[in-house]
Amino acid sequence: MARSTFPITPRWPGTVAAVLVLILTIGTLGAVAYRAEWGSGLSAADWAAIRFTVSQALVSAVISVVLAIPVARALARRQFPGRQMLITLLGAPFLLPVIVAVLGLLAVFGREGVLNRLLEGLGLSPISIFGFHGVVLAHVFFNLPLAIRLILQGWLSIPAERFRLVATLDASVARLLEWPMLRAVVPSAFLVIFLICLTSFAVALTLGGGPRATTVELAIYQALRFDFDLGRAALLACIQFAICVIAAVLAWRVAAVDAMGAGLDRVVQRWDLSRPWLDFAMILAGALFLLVPLGMVVLRGLPGLTQMPETIWYAALRSVFVAGGSAVLCVTMAVALALRGGVFVAVIGVLPLAASGLVVGTGAFLIVFSFIRPSDVALVVTMLVNATLALPFALRAIAPAVERVAADYGRLGRSLGMAGWGWIRLIVLPRIRRPLGFAAGLAAALSMGDLGVITLFAGQAEETLPLAMYRLMGAYRMEAAAGAALVLLAMSLLLFWICDRGGRVDADL
Amino acid sequence: MLICDGVELRQGDFVLRADLQFSAGGVTALIGPSGAGKSTLLSGLAGFLVPHAGRILWDGQDLRSVAPGRRPMSVLFQDNNLFPHLTIGQNVGLALRPDLRLTPDQGRSVACVLDRVGLDGFADRIPAALSGGQQSRAALARVLLGDRPIVLLDEPFAALGPGLKEEMLDLVRDLLVGDGVTLIMVTHDPADAKRIADDVVLVAGGVAEPPVQTDVLFANPTAALVHYLGAGMG
Repeated sequence: MARSTFPITPRWPGTVAAVLVLILTIGTLGAVAYRAEWGSGLSAADWAAIRFTVSQALVSAVISVVLAIPVARALARRQFPGRQMLITLLGAPFLLPVIVAVLGLLAVFGREGVLNRLLEGLGLSPISIFGFHGVVLAHVFFNLPLAIRLILQGWLSIPAERFRLVATLDASVARLLEWPMLRAVVPSAFLVIFLICLTSFAVALTLGGGPRATTVELAIYQALRFDFDLGRAALLACIQFAICVIAAVLAWRVAAVDAMGAGLDRVVQRWDLSRPWLDFAMILAGALFLLVPLGMVVLRGLPGLTQMPETIWYAALRSVFVAGGSAVLCVTMAVALALRGGVFVAVIGVLPLAASGLVVGTGAFLIVFSFIRPSDVALVVTMLVNATLALPFALRAIAPAVERVAADYGRLGRSLGMAGWGWIRLIVLPRIRRPLGFAAGLAAALSMGDLGVITLFAGQAEETLPLAMYRLMGAYRMEAAAGAALVLLAMSLLLFWICDRGGRVDADL
Repeated sequence: MLICDGVELRQGDFVLRADLQFSAGGVTALIGPSGAGKSTLLSGLAGFLVPHAGRILWDGQDLRSVAPGRRPMSVLFQDNNLFPHLTIGQNVGLALRPDLRLTPDQGRSVACVLDRVGLDGFADRIPAALSGGQQSRAALARVLLGDRPIVLLDEPFAALGPGLKEEMLDLVRDLLVGDGVTLIMVTHDPADAKRIADDVVLVAGGVAEPPVQTDVLFANPTAALVHYLGAGMG
């Protein structure tokens, strides 16, 4: 398509959005670098935090990918009722608030959990979920489904004709088709998960801690919140950023993977299948590992609903406010950036992937705290940071749709003299409703469950629902926390459903 | 009078040169092999491509800095001439107000023009509820309502099938031609040109030749035309 000198929409909204993202990522990083106390160097504890951060992420990513391969293989070649639903459910952990999942895992693997009761009954010694293996367990819980989806996508991208060809040759499917596919797909899946595990503060906050299980992000939180040692917090934030950038660059170079991939519902006809029980055992084990903790959240949450303090509802209200604002801001920025287009925008769109919420939060804290009390802006900052962190996912959904509108109807619109807001209102927004609703739902759910920046800023009066729930857990009020977890889970899924549904109704034009 | 004065249009590596003028109030067909630059020329006239060199003049005015929507021309593309999520009435109304804030008077004009193309009562339907021929009529209604002096057709009826295409061309002739409208249409079917065009512009080998009267051209075809039409040309 030829470029025209007559743009159909103004470029400034995209520029404003880009500047906002730059301020929140590079700008906060600048504040962090400026305040960092380099002179003191890294203490033994800092090195331990770095080692722990990297090693837990490595182990989590390895286990997630290794376990995902047989499950994805089984899902790729077996047809059974509920298969599509199971694959859809594999996308759910992305929307699941981390703290809710942690509570579910505690109910199964915790001190009073189902597993330990079982072990006790057998006369074995109980296991502890806290520390290194707890963090890894939670990360595998979150990322195994993602790994399964990514690898399943690889399996289903092998054309059916190839399987037919291999069957006629009586050759090895594994060697000719599956191994080359895995070699292409697994490294990128591994790196994406490694990156996610480097920046999952909430897991470390709830299951880590102590000298042997502190991540860099957790150390930032402790330096800021308990020691009020801004120089050290800033230094640690710089380290965290460096680790993330290295991982992000690696992930970027290896391959772009599409975690939202559609078309996972087909089954390729195969001629090399035996031992179906093994495949089904894999699928069953994977499903149980994911569903039992979630079931426990519901099971324990229902009686807990009556035990919750009234403040939970105020916290829930604040969370809805933050999530709604974050969703609106996120999709507005995404649409503005997508309409502007270009390489620059593509770079802006992936920048937040390398940013950790805690680093951005630390920078924001350093910028605002000399002017105002951080707790006064806790909700606004959380909203801004959440919107920015969700931006890459929103842009990924929205940008292709916006490009398609321009390609299909740009010339018609321009020949009719349509431009600016009229063009956006009449043509662009109605035509991108589906991805718009999906992206808004995603941003809202991610923000609803976020337990990151808010922990740096909030006092008692600014608690969001995840933070209130975390504090209940800290006070060992587990029944009330279980109730709050159920509320949080329901609200996250409901917010996503409302937005996504809003984009779908009457959209089949 | 629409004039291409030493125009050079570039699309990637492709270059099209045009130095010609279109007769005002007439029908000119652009014919030539696919990929020869017919649509490129139309894009240049419509303002989607800015000439690398030369000028496009309408009544003496250089159109270089005039945006597509402000040029004195309506365009019908090969496809996507209607927005699928807007009603037929809204699609047609865009000709009067690109932001669709129509006055009651303008609303009546929309109803009136739909009546003229035989789509009375279709205003509230969406395009998907109409047949291909009806969709073409709706797009044509928008062109009529826009009332601009030049109409560019980039083979908008090519997908309709021969019978319906001829019907639409006749409708175009009845509604637009003779009304002072300058009609420029791309086609790769010489029969279309013979059916309604006064003049033919052959676009081949990166050059748009000056227009020649249709009957004269087909009576004494140039070498380039013979090459395009092939040996079977009678």
